[in-house]
Amino acid sequence: MTAKTLFQKLWERHEVVPETADTPAVIYIDLHLVHEVTSPQAFSVLRERGLKVRRPDRTLVTMDHSTPTDTAQIFGGVPIALESAANQIRQLEKNCAEFGLDLIGLKDDRRGIVHIIGPELGATQPGKTIVCGDSHTSTHGAFGALAFGIGTTEVGYVLAAQCLLQRKPKTLAVEVAGRLGPGVTAKDLVLAIIGRIGVNGGTGHVIEYCGPAIEALSMDERMTLCNMSIEAGARAGMVAPDDTTFAYLEGRPQTPHGEAWARAVADWRTLRTDPGATFDRTVQLDAGAIEPMITYGTNPGMVAPISGRVPERPGDAVFSRALAYMGLKPGEPLRDKPVQVVFIGSCTNARLSDLELAAQVFRGRKVAPGVRALVVPGSQQVKREAEARGLAKIFVDAGAEWRESGCSMCLGMNGDTVAAGLYCVSTSNRNFEGRQGAGARTLLASPATAAAAAVRGRVTDPREFIH
Amino acid sequence: MDPITVIRSKTVVMPSTNIDTDQIIPARFLTTTTREGLGSALFADLRNHPDGSPRPDFVLHRPEAHGCQILVAGRNIGCGSSREHAPWALLDHGFRAVVSTEIADIFRNNSLKNGLLPVVVDEAIHEWLLANPGAEIEIDLTISAVKLPDGRTVTFPIEAFARYCLLHGVDELGYLLSQSDAIAAYEARRA
Repeated sequence: MTAKTLFQKLWERHEVVPETADTPAVIYIDLHLVHEVTSPQAFSVLRERGLKVRRPDRTLVTMDHSTPTDTAQIFGGVPIALESAANQIRQLEKNCAEFGLDLIGLKDDRRGIVHIIGPELGATQPGKTIVCGDSHTSTHGAFGALAFGIGTTEVGYVLAAQCLLQRKPKTLAVEVAGRLGPGVTAKDLVLAIIGRIGVNGGTGHVIEYCGPAIEALSMDERMTLCNMSIEAGARAGMVAPDDTTFAYLEGRPQTPHGEAWARAVADWRTLRTDPGATFDRTVQLDAGAIEPMITYGTNPGMVAPISGRVPERPGDAVFSRALAYMGLKPGEPLRDKPVQVVFIGSCTNARLSDLELAAQVFRGRKVAPGVRALVVPGSQQVKREAEARGLAKIFVDAGAEWRESGCSMCLGMNGDTVAAGLYCVSTSNRNFEGRQGAGARTLLASPATAAAAAVRGRVTDPREFIH
Repeated sequence: MDPITVIRSKTVVMPSTNIDTDQIIPARFLTTTTREGLGSALFADLRNHPDGSPRPDFVLHRPEAHGCQILVAGRNIGCGSSREHAPWALLDHGFRAVVSTEIADIFRNNSLKNGLLPVVVDEAIHEWLLANPGAEIEIDLTISAVKLPDGRTVTFPIEAFARYCLLHGVDELGYLLSQSDAIAAYEARRA
């Protein structure tokens, strides 16, 4: 039998109709995640054509992007400040009622960022195909699933047919040797990978992350890593499931129980790249050589070690324009750059272990004068656990704002924005121009680096706090 | 969707690399629940000052950009967010094709689904297009080729089924729904 990659195994399992020269493959989708921003126009198409949702049982619907993070606006009867956001939320409620879909709604204690609650609920499982009208769907690849973002037209296709038309992508192995050092996180690893292969380095490819450094990562860390695969342009990113994966999933609400669990695990253990299987490309890195990383530019590939400097690229007009937007000069050191806002949150870094890491830095310290620090848990479950473990109190005592869950300041759709010209050290995934608000200047980093910047008021090496 | 055969137009050139979908349409415009009328939000932060007044130097404000249907962009246009609002905004503004050396996966897919033609050309052709803004070119989908004013004709890659759909003005949903027996059989096999 020919040796196969994990991707090939997942692809073959989901081929309803194989591809031909004239037609793409029909690929079955096991789990469709739906949220309020990229679904309204898809439901409209169903309505216009008189179609039903084929598999409501394979459709998980919630709201996260335009939802407020202010407690009073969710639970206190205060109207949602942004009328267009409130309308979008109401539209999703109406669509779910009309099409017979369960909705994890605004006040539901299971609500959160869709890429955080899928795994929490155990809906995300090895071997599944998972799509969502959201590019960070790549997060779910951490479980050995084939998970990728789609547009609204395809959201409609999956609602109607539970399938997509797909051409087989190429494969890219990212092999990471060694171990990450103290204070160096999965966020630093993925930023280093993007810095190495570029924001288009993964275009047309599905990435499999492998090697000792990857095997040593927790599920939270693997999710951070796979989450940002799209920032390298990749269709998807994945990690082969192992005992770490199974330990995370066992006993979750939607995972199998009893004998079915044992059968599932036995099957999931076969979801590994066979020895001798080949990838279209391979990239190798040494985790031990990676420092805490921080971005200086306007895409995630414009990144440097925190001890480094802004690179010099004379004659590169696009580079110069990016630096002008950021208010930075070539050759300038990154450390000690004053910052005004710190955002700890998003589908990249708002799970419990991310908040624990930030709390290690905040414990017994204060947010620096003149800095606004916003901590937004990834889900209501993360929020409850962080409160039960005393993390929320550490943030509040330090002077940070502690909010309800949602996408929040990652993209500022709900009104949580960064003002023009201000620097924000953010644990989110995109430092694009205007991403966190028109004119906002985003520096992407890990929760440890973000918390260190909050207490110092300047870009700071987190290893000053975490040893 | 109207069938696409030939698009003949002058070009608008935006040479920046990595024009992401947040630049094409910022997130604050995504609370809409329809797909119409997004042209006014196209490149909003590049086009206008924070107070809403136009930045006169922005390329789409120039008189010669008026009516142009072909956008020539730097490498890797459409990276980032999966928002289909990006091709919707480009189409609503009047663009019918985007030309670059590289087009990000999700944006390319979304463009094909809406009749915005993604055209990938090699570096030599791209350099010529970047150096000649406003050139009148022809994109002929019937032969999957770009024709330059100097007579050069170069083919571009396009997925066969997407091309068929664009040429005939049909979407892929009808085909997918026609596979419902195969889908049901697959579901039965896996249950």
